[in-house]
Amino acid sequence: MADAKVIPFDDDRSRGGGAQRPVRRRPASGGRRKADAAAVRDAALSPLPGPQTGEAGPGPDAGPAAPAEPVRGARSAASGASGDAGGAGDAQQDGAPVTAAGETPVTADGGWDRRIAGGLAFLRRRITGDYEVDEFGYDAELTDHVLMSMLRPMYQKYFRVEVKGIENIPSEGGALVVANHSGTVPLDGLMLQVAVHDNHPADRHLRLLAADLVFMLPVVNELARKAGHTLACAEDAERLLQRGEVVGVMPEGFKGIGKPFSERYKLQRFGRGGFVSTALRAGVPIVPCSIVGAEEIYPMIGNAKTLARLLGFPYFPVTPTFPWLGPLGAVPLPTKWTIQFGEPIPTDGYPPEAAEDPMLMFNLTDQVREQIQHTLYKLLVQRRSVFF
Amino acid sequence: MGKVVLVTGVARQLGGRLVRRIQRDPEVDRVIGVDAEGPGHHLGGAEFVRADIRRPAIARVLAEHAVDTVVHLDVTGTPLGAGGRTAVKETNVIGTMQLLGACQKSPTVKRLVIKSSTSVYGSAPRDPAVFTETTPPKSLPSGGFAKDAVEVEGYVRGFARRRPDVAVCVLRFANILGPCADSPLADFFSLPVMPTVFGYDPRLQFVHEDDVIDVLRIALHEPRRGTLNSGTFNIAGDGVLTLSQCSRRLGRPTLPLLLPAVTWVGSALRTVGFTDFSPEQIRLLTHGRVVSTVQMRETLGFRPKYTTAETFADFARSRGPGLLPPETLAEAVDRVAAALSIGVLDGAPVEDGGPAVTQTTHSSGQPG
Repeated sequence: MADAKVIPFDDDRSRGGGAQRPVRRRPASGGRRKADAAAVRDAALSPLPGPQTGEAGPGPDAGPAAPAEPVRGARSAASGASGDAGGAGDAQQDGAPVTAAGETPVTADGGWDRRIAGGLAFLRRRITGDYEVDEFGYDAELTDHVLMSMLRPMYQKYFRVEVKGIENIPSEGGALVVANHSGTVPLDGLMLQVAVHDNHPADRHLRLLAADLVFMLPVVNELARKAGHTLACAEDAERLLQRGEVVGVMPEGFKGIGKPFSERYKLQRFGRGGFVSTALRAGVPIVPCSIVGAEEIYPMIGNAKTLARLLGFPYFPVTPTFPWLGPLGAVPLPTKWTIQFGEPIPTDGYPPEAAEDPMLMFNLTDQVREQIQHTLYKLLVQRRSVFF
Repeated sequence: MGKVVLVTGVARQLGGRLVRRIQRDPEVDRVIGVDAEGPGHHLGGAEFVRADIRRPAIARVLAEHAVDTVVHLDVTGTPLGAGGRTAVKETNVIGTMQLLGACQKSPTVKRLVIKSSTSVYGSAPRDPAVFTETTPPKSLPSGGFAKDAVEVEGYVRGFARRRPDVAVCVLRFANILGPCADSPLADFFSLPVMPTVFGYDPRLQFVHEDDVIDVLRIALHEPRRGTLNSGTFNIAGDGVLTLSQCSRRLGRPTLPLLLPAVTWVGSALRTVGFTDFSPEQIRLLTHGRVVSTVQMRETLGFRPKYTTAETFADFARSRGPGLLPPETLAEAVDRVAAALSIGVLDGAPVEDGGPAVTQTTHSSGQPG
């Protein structure tokens, strides 16, 4: 739980003191992280909701700038924008409290001009249809500028996702990220996508493999395709991996996401292990990934099977609040999330015919599964509370 | 001795263009155009034989002219002139059967080229994102032109088995567009307001008419060194456009309708004979379809001159502006930028426009 305070909050960080700042960016080295985290534990144990009331100083000033600022900072650094913008972002990250209070009015004019100009250029491209999508329907521009910005508040403020071991995703070439699946609604996949997008030093984009249900639902399928998701089938996965993309898969599928609350953090069967043979054929490493926190967002205490059958869904969740409170019950609980990427498991050492060897497939599947399960237990032991 | 090429379906634009083009090829001695109706356009001096390929008379034509290459283009989705869907299906399926029967009897036929369509793959949410030539379709097309194409391909496979000495080339074309395209999709894109399916933004691929002619020429001649021109190939331009991009580039607004309503509007439009809005067309406009063209490049050795986007641009130019021409919209944005006395940074890395700005952009820009 030591690392739990290392939260990518721009305004919190600015108040929390120096120790927190270096950690805020991607965790470059484990050693430094540990040290920082230890320092942070003492310095920043002041509770999260505190700052709003405790610190009157930067409060009013941060008011107008706050909603947009963290997003912009993360973006400009992540997408490696032009020097000017990157510089501005960095300055804001490093010189936090002073600049936030003092310089905001000065830079705001130029910043807003640029921002409006950028927004208009974006608008212009969108309404004239002058943008590219790839063969899977992935609209990189829309994803970067709109979809990610819509998810980021949830990622940063609501679930306060903490990412560890992002360096385990290679900077170039394909990789298959295999994660556990939970939470009744596949928010964990989306958060995983934001985590990779915002934290990876080489700006990798995670391409998720989604269930066919996603592509049957209107609106959902459109957004999923634009965000770069595609159907979880061997053909698509292999095609993406051969193009050198980072592909995310959750082999538990509906068994994992729709399991009752009492079985939380118990990994289900990993499908038929198809992901291993796909990775083997493409010769890409498998990166196990453990997500803690998603299990508790919708504690599923019951399953209305008849209703599910009627609607054509694999399950229909009944939680303490849903469907009793109506739409209010559909608000996820604000749990604290941790996403840990584990040591990659190389697959390029195997001969090509190994993908046809069922025993090897089972062993590798088990290895990946065990690694994720162990990391889950480790993270759970470290976790202080579900919500903080 | 040069080739004697028989082309079916020359009364259509595509057939006419192909005939005129291969007349000029030095390897080709004679070109015989066949169709049930006289062509409205000239055939560049090629011989025209009015014959209905649904009748056995086609065998006589083959024998009389000692044809060695047959290009079967008369597999189409739209009726030519009068005649409904039944006549089209008859020509597609029975016509192909008769033609193949005639080819099987003919000792001179050495090469057969069939125009098929990527609609044989169907469109379903459970399909992989990209079809290769060997992908089995998850849901076979249940009717319409797609089913015809599946049946035609089935007969062609049977023929290839029975006559292994004949080189058979099946070309599965993506949606053919161009200045004089007359496909259902071209009609759809000519509607002033395009009805779309709410909540779906299909991925589409196009192939330009000029590329169709070029690839047919590659298929009907001897294969070049290092290439093979018998087998089944997907033919499509590079890249993908979504339907929303198409509508914006055309400047034609869309009218998103719920799926049942689309079916209803489709049948209404079909009744008044405005456009062929068949169920499989609606499925295409719901789930979209993208095919892999690796075989086309590597085995057939064909590189399309037009990408999907260029094909569409060429088509859009030929159709005239829509209700919301993209140039006007772009100008409007420029004027707003000028009013705010800031230059729109074209090509510059775009800063985030602030969540509020980008979100409104998205909702106003999205048709769905």
